[in-house]
Amino acid sequence: MSDQGTSAKLADAVNVSLTNVTKSFDGMVAVDELNLDINEGEFFSLLGPSGCGKTTTLRMIGGFEEPTSGSIVLGGRDVTYTAPYHRDVNTVFQSYALFPHLDVYENVAFGLRRKKVGKSEVRTKVGNILEIVDLPGYEKRKVNQLSGGQQQRIALARALVNEPALLLLDEPMSALDAKLRHQMQIELKSIQSRVGITFLYVTHDQEEAMTMSDRLVVMRQGRIEGIGSPQDVYDNPSTEFVATFLGASNLLAGKVAGQSAGVTTITLGVGSTLDVPTSRLPTSLSGPDVKVGVRPEKIRIHVYDENLATVGNTLRGRVRVSTFTGVGNQYLVETSSGDDITVYAQNIGEELAPRSGEEVVLSWPVEHTFAVRPAETSISNDELAS
Amino acid sequence: MSSPPRRHGAWRRGLAPYLLSLPAGLWLALLFVVPLLIMLSITLKTCSPASGACVMTWQWGELPHVVNQYRGQFVTSLIFAFVATLLDLVISFPIAYWIAFYGGRRKNFFLIMLLVPFFVSFIIRTLVWEFILSNNGVVLTFLRGNHLVPSGFHVLGTGLAVVAGLAYNYLPFTALPLYVALERIDRRVLNAANDLYATRSVTFVRVILPLAIPGIFAAFLLTFIPAFGDYVNQEILGGTSNTMIGTVIQNLFLIDSDYAGGASLSAVLLVISLLGIWLYARLLGSRTIEDYL
Repeated sequence: MSDQGTSAKLADAVNVSLTNVTKSFDGMVAVDELNLDINEGEFFSLLGPSGCGKTTTLRMIGGFEEPTSGSIVLGGRDVTYTAPYHRDVNTVFQSYALFPHLDVYENVAFGLRRKKVGKSEVRTKVGNILEIVDLPGYEKRKVNQLSGGQQQRIALARALVNEPALLLLDEPMSALDAKLRHQMQIELKSIQSRVGITFLYVTHDQEEAMTMSDRLVVMRQGRIEGIGSPQDVYDNPSTEFVATFLGASNLLAGKVAGQSAGVTTITLGVGSTLDVPTSRLPTSLSGPDVKVGVRPEKIRIHVYDENLATVGNTLRGRVRVSTFTGVGNQYLVETSSGDDITVYAQNIGEELAPRSGEEVVLSWPVEHTFAVRPAETSISNDELAS
Repeated sequence: MSSPPRRHGAWRRGLAPYLLSLPAGLWLALLFVVPLLIMLSITLKTCSPASGACVMTWQWGELPHVVNQYRGQFVTSLIFAFVATLLDLVISFPIAYWIAFYGGRRKNFFLIMLLVPFFVSFIIRTLVWEFILSNNGVVLTFLRGNHLVPSGFHVLGTGLAVVAGLAYNYLPFTALPLYVALERIDRRVLNAANDLYATRSVTFVRVILPLAIPGIFAAFLLTFIPAFGDYVNQEILGGTSNTMIGTVIQNLFLIDSDYAGGASLSAVLLVISLLGIWLYARLLGSRTIEDYL
């Protein structure tokens, strides 16, 4: 198995390849014609709301579910219908799923023992991996005497000690409190770069996915909505769903009016227009209807002044709510076209903050504007809650 | 500073658990602890076989005497109960396993199906077994007719019949704790075992079986203890031979009026049962006992 793994490494950098993978449960489609390539050594995340098919995808790669159709190739070998115990893949489960009847040492050694690794080698490997997850000397502890964070590290050690071609992580942080989670994110990322194993991480937490991933996909209703590096997907969301799910977005409905010199002009309701780089316009527009977006932190807010000179896109409005958050100010501005726009302004101690009710001008560079096709099915609040 | 009414309230609240457990406590004291103490005290009395009247003489010489006298019946009981319990474990493990892992939404239905025969009275069930196993019954007539057994073959009145009856009558006491133990095994832990290269059979031996051990032990105790003291199966199915200790105790009390002897044997039975439970608590912890009993 390891021979195949190394030869595949030399042949090409793709570690896992999903082709047209579909999974339905009693006629309900959970994963819909999914195509995905994950590269060797990558930290890759599947991100999406609950029920988007991300965990089902992970379980199919792990071998716990069989795809209804399509194929899964791992390290050059078709494993679509291979049993989990015959795959060079290990999983860190959401609930950790440690063996309650075994101590820490036996939990971590479980996979090695099944692979008939020699006793002294098992001891060395378990010792090393416990060092890596920062729990040396915990060998004889019972797993139910460990804290949540420690159990998580043991679950990670138990999977990593087998040096799999691919490590699957199913929302491993969901049971940890916010502070510990943040610490573990950094640690997990550093462990990943140290061991060099491909990580496939499933989460509904967009911040978590962005912090750790080299690349990520945003999934919705069993399909991929966006794929790329976190910055790519964040700055240039491909769909309305990605724009709303990943961070906060201001999305304004408009119609394509005209194009010139790489810039497309979009009209919003009464009179106002916005410019979008044509390259950032979705290719699959079915009509003139489009949604224009800009991230709240990209917008500059100025108190209205006749002599104010602005470049790029400009909108006039009135501050409805102004909130001081310490690191900055958050404004809710109602534009003349009746849209609500959120603005984050960093507290750098220079500008005079506009107050509620004041007339303001919002401006941002054209290159920070994006446009997406309006979502066919409306996005519910449940999907966005994380 | 707390005011008097609040103190009163707090006092009443502190008392609430005791008041709530009072009915059960009284019940247990009057109908269990007191009779038990009376029974134990009889072992120290000397009783007249003619009138049945007992006088406290603080003599416990009866105890080694009867134990010695009925040693054979003790051994028979131990063997019968042990074999019947093993039989029950072997029979009910696959059933409990299947219901727990493959019962799906109809788990409760299957459990009730398992229990339905036991809605019928213990005695009647055993009498029906006598009918089934009798020399002219369905089973033996069929077997003899097809020359599968010699013509003189019989089951009633043998140890086999007693063991079969015991195994049949105490099956739910084995099956239910096993079911509970298997049902509560976290399926994700089994996924984890598969993920860590354990095949289905290795997962069974390395994960399912160790996690089911407390349930297996509980099932063993819950079946073995009542089977050990049982006398009905032996009397109905076992004929005159293979007397079990339960029958001896019953006879001492009801026929021979040897209350001291019967009470002594009962005390020995009790001690043996307690030993089993103590062993369980020592090996597997007292918390798991509460889960099954």
